[in-house]
Amino acid sequence: MKKITDNILAVRFKRTAFLWYGISKTEIPTTENRLKSYRKAIFLFTILFLLGFTPDYGDTIVIGSIGEPRTLVPILASDSSSGTICGLIFNGLVKYDKDLNLVGDLAEKWEVSQDGLEITFYLRKEIKWHDGAPFTSKDVEFTYKSLIDPNVRTPYGGDFQMVKNLKVIDDYTLKVFYKEPFSPGLASWGMNIIPAHLLEKEDLNTTKFTRNPIGTGPYKFKLWKTGERVELVSNHDYFEGRPCIDGYIYRIIPDTATLFLELRAQAVDYTSLTPIQYRRQTETEFFKKNFQRFNFPSFGYAYMGYNLSDPKFKDVNVRRAINYAVNKDEIIKGVLLGLGRISTGPFIPESWAYNKDVLPLEYNPKKARELLREAGWQDQDGDGILEKDGMRFSFTVITNQGNDERKMALEIIQRRLREVGIEVKIKIIEWSAFVSEFIDKRRFEAVLLGWGLSLDPDMYDIWHSSKIKEGEFNFIGYSNKEVDRLLLEGRRTFNQEERRRIYHRIHEILYEDQPYLFLYVPDALPILNSRFKGIEVAPSGIGYNFIKWFVPRSEQRYTR
Amino acid sequence: MGKYIFNRIIGLVVLLLGITIITFSVIHIAPGRPTDLEAQFNPKVSMEARERIAHLYGLDKPLGIQYIEWLKRFARFDFGISFMDSRPVMQKILERIPITLTIELFSIILILLIGIPIGVGSAVKEGSFYDRFMTVFVFIGFAVPTFWLSLILMDFIGVRWGILPISGIKSLEFEKFGNFEKIIDMSKHLILPVLVSAFGGLAGISRYMRSSMLNVLKQDYIRTARAKGLSEKEVLYKHALKNALLPVVTILGLSVPGLIGGSVIFESIFSIPGMGRLFYESVMARDYPVIMGVLVIGAALTLLGNLLADISYAAVDPRIKLE
Repeated sequence: MKKITDNILAVRFKRTAFLWYGISKTEIPTTENRLKSYRKAIFLFTILFLLGFTPDYGDTIVIGSIGEPRTLVPILASDSSSGTICGLIFNGLVKYDKDLNLVGDLAEKWEVSQDGLEITFYLRKEIKWHDGAPFTSKDVEFTYKSLIDPNVRTPYGGDFQMVKNLKVIDDYTLKVFYKEPFSPGLASWGMNIIPAHLLEKEDLNTTKFTRNPIGTGPYKFKLWKTGERVELVSNHDYFEGRPCIDGYIYRIIPDTATLFLELRAQAVDYTSLTPIQYRRQTETEFFKKNFQRFNFPSFGYAYMGYNLSDPKFKDVNVRRAINYAVNKDEIIKGVLLGLGRISTGPFIPESWAYNKDVLPLEYNPKKARELLREAGWQDQDGDGILEKDGMRFSFTVITNQGNDERKMALEIIQRRLREVGIEVKIKIIEWSAFVSEFIDKRRFEAVLLGWGLSLDPDMYDIWHSSKIKEGEFNFIGYSNKEVDRLLLEGRRTFNQEERRRIYHRIHEILYEDQPYLFLYVPDALPILNSRFKGIEVAPSGIGYNFIKWFVPRSEQRYTR
Repeated sequence: MGKYIFNRIIGLVVLLLGITIITFSVIHIAPGRPTDLEAQFNPKVSMEARERIAHLYGLDKPLGIQYIEWLKRFARFDFGISFMDSRPVMQKILERIPITLTIELFSIILILLIGIPIGVGSAVKEGSFYDRFMTVFVFIGFAVPTFWLSLILMDFIGVRWGILPISGIKSLEFEKFGNFEKIIDMSKHLILPVLVSAFGGLAGISRYMRSSMLNVLKQDYIRTARAKGLSEKEVLYKHALKNALLPVVTILGLSVPGLIGGSVIFESIFSIPGMGRLFYESVMARDYPVIMGVLVIGAALTLLGNLLADISYAAVDPRIKLE
């Protein structure tokens, strides 16, 4: 009995600590620490109580999204809406914590063998599926088998092709054997695990489970009204503790203007803003009083990629000259209204893989002109455009329809390059046609695009010189022997220190080589109703402690 | 008569078959593939995985074979399974039809109730201030962009004054309401969409009504009616209106397929899960089975509408005989 009360106090303490000091470190549970904690907790608790600020269970959060999930079978889901909801219903074996380090989720801990060929996962005991059945290593085995089954329409088989086999030792231990050491493989076990006992006899492609999922996560599925909303309720038996917010409603509002009006009417609690909404439309007293806004770097960057088989872009000095000629600060100011930062390489700015010593080149059109002249480009006929061997320096950049930021960035680039004698034409193409007709077939001179980044820094598929076949992701045709070697090394070692060195070097080389003109990392701009407390920005964003967010009882809106 | 209908139906089936061949080819020849969106340019999704998914969808077979397979299923009224979420296409369409039908029906009723009197009034007082005012009014409705008008109404009526809900078709607490509350709640959600949609459609009906009425009012039998000494009311509503309504009925018949077609812009703005949005989303995702399903149902309804119109002409107008 005592133990139970202790736990409750500890939970309370952690939550109050967020509020008070703005810290969220997990306390180390030594006896001494505990005693101290309790004293502090009781003290804080009293004050909070006096202020009428008792953190509590209850209320519902309403998320506004323009997209609708497609499937709630996590291994089939590739769109972000499905991913968001699956992330609340399911767990992986591992996950990233707030500082972007890999920690256990369904797995309590894991061991990697010396030669890196074997990972042993020790699963947490006493975890139950939402239907009450126990979670065991059989479920992990089943998930793995589904991922490599050629008849299952999963897009995620790639990472698991490296697995030689998976062996269940007992209900809570399993070993994964790899064909060769593959460090990104560890993060791939963050894949949501699906229940074997419910799906073994089902066809995963067509199962009813897709609209009635059972997981292990902090929220349980309640209902899905097509085109309207998905509703979840909190899982009181969640192994990390009952989430404070009882209900979760994911509303589908396909029009961004409508979504903003719903937010303004407080019928939506949480959504993402555009830079213009952040800077102009939510700067009012009303929004400051009723909402809290956040901005932190998102996991993605925008770039202009050159088709490196095009003679114009073969010379690295030409690419460097373009880097000098384009003013990235101006793009960030003009396009993102300052809500972003210059990108110098393909890693998440807050992660350990990002090399902070790689500094962006300054905007220097004079230098750009010099470099171009050295490379043999000169304006011979006086039309303001450079020529070389009878070829005008004029190229077309393609980008996809429906992304105004990219269009605006291109217009700025167009103007700046015109000033150094390069003519840029812009062509905008609908996404699906863009991918299959132009990118996959490598029919472009230059392309303006963005990459979303996974948290593991392995970028083999994007930068390795072997990945240039139709539909592969090194569509610019980049090839550098050292990068090839480093990419392989980075996959073969599990030692983070070593990997850090490798990826820092890759970062350096890529900025030297300029196969992409790295442009910017836009900020993520979430906005949340101010009745929700306990939110704190970390390198991973704000979602990591979602189950600890709460609404003080007096401010709760949706009470049943 | 029976032979005529039989021949027409045979003709329509052939026509429908032709339509399916053309639409099937066009949507498959259009650039882009369903796997493009599924992949969303995620470097974790390899080309092999995309190829494999395309294979599981049967997209690597020759187009002709794919069409024949589709046709075989279609002959059993099976539209196949959606690529997007693996649900039967028929189910996806059927769950969307009621809401689109409701809104379109209400809006047509509203258009008739308002548009016909406007047209009649304009015809009777041709060239008057009322006539000119109404002309401007209905053309404003026709010309104003739906999305703009919707957003303005939502901002004032929904956000600032808080009289009506902004978007969607039900409140979040809908399931907990009693039956009466449910009806009230849905009606509240439908007011704005129906009003906006009706406003845009007023011009068509009222202008047709006006010109048709003007035409009728010049006829000899109207002069005869007046000469007989009938009251103006009787002349207008008993003699003129009945005849003037005929062409309007024809136009109404043509709008039948639109009843389940819905509108993309409009359904997106009001977050209404209707047919327009379903079609748009499936086109963007290259969800071929759903695209085919929606198009074929639309085509079939149009053809059926035409047939019914022809038959009812014969029934209504003794001058026409079907042979």
